[in-house]
Amino acid sequence: MITYKKQPHPREYRLIFKNVDREGWDPSIECHMRDGGYEDLKKAFSMEPKDVTEEVKKSGLRGRGGAGFPTGMKWTFIPPNNTKPVYLICNGDESEPGTFKDRYILHQDPHQLVEGMVISCYAVGAKIAFIYIREEFPEAALIVEKAIEEARAHNFVGKNVLGSGFDVEIYVHRGAGAYICGEETGLIESLEGKRPYPRIKPPYFPAALGLYMCPTIVNNVESLCHVKHIIHMGGEEYAKLGVPRNNGTRILCVSGDVKNPGYFEVEVGKITMRELLYDMCGGPKEGREFKAVIPGGSSSKILKCEEVFKIKNPDGTTRDLAFWDIPMDFDSMAACGTMAGSGGVIVLDDTRKMSWVLNNLNAFYAHESCGQCTPCREGSTWMRKISDRLVAGAATAKDLETLESIAYQIDGRTICAFGEASSWPVEAIIAKFRDELLADTTEDVADLPKNPEAEAQVRYLESV
Amino acid sequence: MSSSSLEETIASHETPGTKYYPPFEVTAELEAEANDRISHYQASKRSATLPLLHIVQHKFGYISAEAIDWVAQKLDLEPIKVLEVVTFYPGFRQSAPGKFHIRVCRTLSCAMGGSYELMEKLCEITGIDRSDSDSHHHPISVSPCGKFSVEFAECLASCGMAPVCMVNDDFHESITPEKAGALLGKYDV
Repeated sequence: MITYKKQPHPREYRLIFKNVDREGWDPSIECHMRDGGYEDLKKAFSMEPKDVTEEVKKSGLRGRGGAGFPTGMKWTFIPPNNTKPVYLICNGDESEPGTFKDRYILHQDPHQLVEGMVISCYAVGAKIAFIYIREEFPEAALIVEKAIEEARAHNFVGKNVLGSGFDVEIYVHRGAGAYICGEETGLIESLEGKRPYPRIKPPYFPAALGLYMCPTIVNNVESLCHVKHIIHMGGEEYAKLGVPRNNGTRILCVSGDVKNPGYFEVEVGKITMRELLYDMCGGPKEGREFKAVIPGGSSSKILKCEEVFKIKNPDGTTRDLAFWDIPMDFDSMAACGTMAGSGGVIVLDDTRKMSWVLNNLNAFYAHESCGQCTPCREGSTWMRKISDRLVAGAATAKDLETLESIAYQIDGRTICAFGEASSWPVEAIIAKFRDELLADTTEDVADLPKNPEAEAQVRYLESV
Repeated sequence: MSSSSLEETIASHETPGTKYYPPFEVTAELEAEANDRISHYQASKRSATLPLLHIVQHKFGYISAEAIDWVAQKLDLEPIKVLEVVTFYPGFRQSAPGKFHIRVCRTLSCAMGGSYELMEKLCEITGIDRSDSDSHHHPISVSPCGKFSVEFAECLASCGMAPVCMVNDDFHESITPEKAGALLGKYDV
């Protein structure tokens, strides 16, 4: 049961999380409708589907699942001469370590999602939609199924919705505990009842070939909720939130070594790392200092708190940007060599050993690799074995070199982005904390046989 | 694949928790529930594989060879197509867990919050020996009495309230090692 409650911080801008922890709020349709619920759906039905898509494009909304791809543009990738059924899938697999926003939307405000989904279905012409909810949210699956039933009773879902002539069905589909189902083509395979092996690209987007080889739009829970607000405010008005190219609000989930961890919905790019971690999260725990931050889910590259980044200005000149002044948006994070990802900010203080952190993440990726591509399947397990030795004090300096080379051999050589997700943490932690990791290594004491063949082999290995 | 060859293929074994779960049996209620789920997937029955396995696991605690055969028949699939799904997903199991199955999150934020210590404490109180478990083939360890079982899970998506765990379908947040006893107390009936 969720017992945690948090009042919005004055610096927050609550749009998606407006009703999360709200006094007197419950997930029923009556409560949602008293607050103007499903009015935005009626507004959308008064527009042409292509105009709804146009508003979403104008809003500049970028996907909130991790990749930050423009949602409206994704919708336009459905082939124009398509005659097959179109599907919409809500990705509620929320499994990127550090991220915990969708849980609250699903539990506390399911109708916001259902409304956003029906509007999106109308825009893309989908008559069937699925909400893929991770297995670890059994309660959320029941809440959302109840919400869909309530919406059906009010004719917001079902045949001829609100007399518009538009039919739509929404079903909940539960996952079974695999991180890879967050990858959209893996998710589609899972929905087809198979092992969730991500599909070979191209086609790069399931909008071309997706579920049952039909055009399919896959959007994150938070992204689909934003659609409702874009229709409410109008695309142009919505785009005024946030900073250019990084529009709207987004939910940042802070965990780890801060005084007050939790979720904070803010205008994208309007607060800096310093404001987030000191003003909103209350700074480091008593007597400790911040050491490093993983800014966008465990797959994003770690940043050191004392780092200063060289940022390119639009006119070609460069400027310095200190870690604490990084605005929390997609482009700034990318400019600093990491990513805003899913918005999961994991904070580490000076008590944390980086070898231990690295090993924890390696164990995660070794467990979650689907095993389809050899570099990832073998590499992620190999990396975990090396970091196991590192934390046990049995790794050598050479092991660290091997570890780094494995990471670079996975990166870019796999079907899906899991390859990058598993290797980026290793690459970044080794690059930024090499000395600390080296201090944990031990001398190479390999006991080689003393004979001419072995010595010749050693000479050969040293020469190549 | 016949039932008998399936039985040899699947990794099911008797555990102290088996006695808490009814043996697999096809009832009218089970059929109705399954048919309702199948009706959600008009384009392809196979899509109902995961939902049907969830129904089976929820009712019978784990997925037996018989259950795999039944799901395959319902969906007009070869049993191997169902078995490969069962063996892939960490959420499906082939042997009975304890009456109360505890999943402790072990990923970064929870580990920093003390989830490994929580696991130790849970094992100490329930008398569970995790020494022969591994994250891939044998993730679940059952207590000698069969009432409890534990498993390390990857990120349960509540990192801000670390450490977190699940007991069957109930979610519990901020369960520091000191709260392990109180948590188990809620289920020790």
